Amino acid sequence: MDAGFFRRWLTTAALAVEREADRLTELDSAIGDADHGSNMRRGTAAVTAALDKEGPATPGAVLLVAGRTLVSTVGGAAGPLFGTLLRRTGKALGDAERVGGEELRQALATGVEAVAQLGGAAPGDKTMLDALRPAVEALPDAAAAARAAARGAEATVPLRARKGRASYLGERSEGHMDPGAASATLLFEALAEVTADA
Amino acid sequence: MKMLINVAERVVADALRGMADAHPELVVDVEHRVIVRRDAPVAGKVGLVSGGGSGHEPLHGGFVGPGMLDAACPGEVFTSPVPDQMVRAAAAVDSGAGVLFIVKNYTGDVLNFNMAAELAEDENIQVAKVLVRDDVAVEDSTHTAGRRGTGATLFVEKVAGAAAEEGAPLERVTALAQQVADSSRSFGVALGAPATPAKGSATFDLPAGELELGIGIHGEPGRERRRIMTSGEIADYTVDTLLADLRPGGPLLVLVNGMGATPLLELYGFNAEVQRVLRERRVAVARTLVGNYVTSLDMAGCSVTLCQADDELLRLWDAPVSTPGLRWGR
Repeated sequence: MDAGFFRRWLTTAALAVEREADRLTELDSAIGDADHGSNMRRGTAAVTAALDKEGPATPGAVLLVAGRTLVSTVGGAAGPLFGTLLRRTGKALGDAERVGGEELRQALATGVEAVAQLGGAAPGDKTMLDALRPAVEALPDAAAAARAAARGAEATVPLRARKGRASYLGERSEGHMDPGAASATLLFEALAEVTADA
Repeated sequence: MKMLINVAERVVADALRGMADAHPELVVDVEHRVIVRRDAPVAGKVGLVSGGGSGHEPLHGGFVGPGMLDAACPGEVFTSPVPDQMVRAAAAVDSGAGVLFIVKNYTGDVLNFNMAAELAEDENIQVAKVLVRDDVAVEDSTHTAGRRGTGATLFVEKVAGAAAEEGAPLERVTALAQQVADSSRSFGVALGAPATPAKGSATFDLPAGELELGIGIHGEPGRERRRIMTSGEIADYTVDTLLADLRPGGPLLVLVNGMGATPLLELYGFNAEVQRVLRERRVAVARTLVGNYVTSLDMAGCSVTLCQADDELLRLWDAPVSTPGLRWGR
């Protein structure tokens, strides 16, 4: 996988966010403040523009540009968390021009742990981590990772939120999918899609 | 829901342009989303920077000016601003005396302000932070995001702002801000849910004849739903909830705050009930402020914030302030 592959991954993810923005906002209106879709759409569109403009040459550089852009444009908790995921993953990839599936798995595991540290969430707290962790464990099989992320997101439905804004609802947060887990799933579904096309 | 807007995506930018037109005493950077008092940086003065999601006006941009904030960073509606805005604000107001970030306790605000503090320190700006977490409706434990920052933010910004205006050093301004934050409690009630521009309709369903106790300021439902109560009953419930947590030993600063869609006529009537309950509980009130200050778009309802005051705090509260949203003295 080269820089071109990573750019296709992120632009595919941006298209998915664009397509699913209303659904993400709807999920967020149940247990948040009804803007996750519009915030993520603003961020991922900015990522696509930044990648076009800056033309990063390595997989790591692509993720660094994308992560920095998310931090600067999304806001809320999602900006720093998704931004950190991509930045730390990119950093872990170093300046290699091509990376294999196993290297990506290890780098993403580093990124996911950085997210856990930043947000302080544990498994089962009804956050994006509940999709990210199983997805990374299923790599390097990208299709399996996408399925694991979707299952992880689905499994957040009965949970009671213990982090972020949904936690204010207590038991009333039960019965709804975590929007962050839903958008994390889109990232892995995009990875599966570009892997299948490669 | 009908709204006085052009398109949802431009609501914040349009409001900032309008603010620039109305307030030449402020520098409103619409592109970078920073509102700064025009005479910043003031030589030798600690810079006060706050920010948060839009939709709570006049908080925070409306509190920029002499005696209060030096700069504010408005995010998207109900969404924390990004670190770039905060670093830009800090650089604009730092005179060398350092900068205090006043942060409401929400995961997004905390993460972004923390990132900004690191970046600002890389630019040799000394940064201190104070976290406002006054909302007693939220269980305060390590298993939650902790108490939300709401009405007490106004008290923190006013008192710290007055101290900074007098030339107090960063350490002192920070300590005062922390004292006010630690001595304040809030509780909010909704009679109707707000509608966000992005969603275009109410963020939760609140049927006629019901109200929501323990709401926050981001359109999230509260901790309990009940049949509609009278103003007096709401005051009893709210004040007793606050006093159970604050246990004040001296005179209070009281904020009776509207959430955006409740008329001042009702708010003043509610304040009469709040003061009645405080008298019944033998709690002295030193100062009271009534109005829409920490709002939640067009939510109907109110919140009450009580702050345990002392002489120094009252002196700083009474000090002159000149901002779009709060103005007295001088």
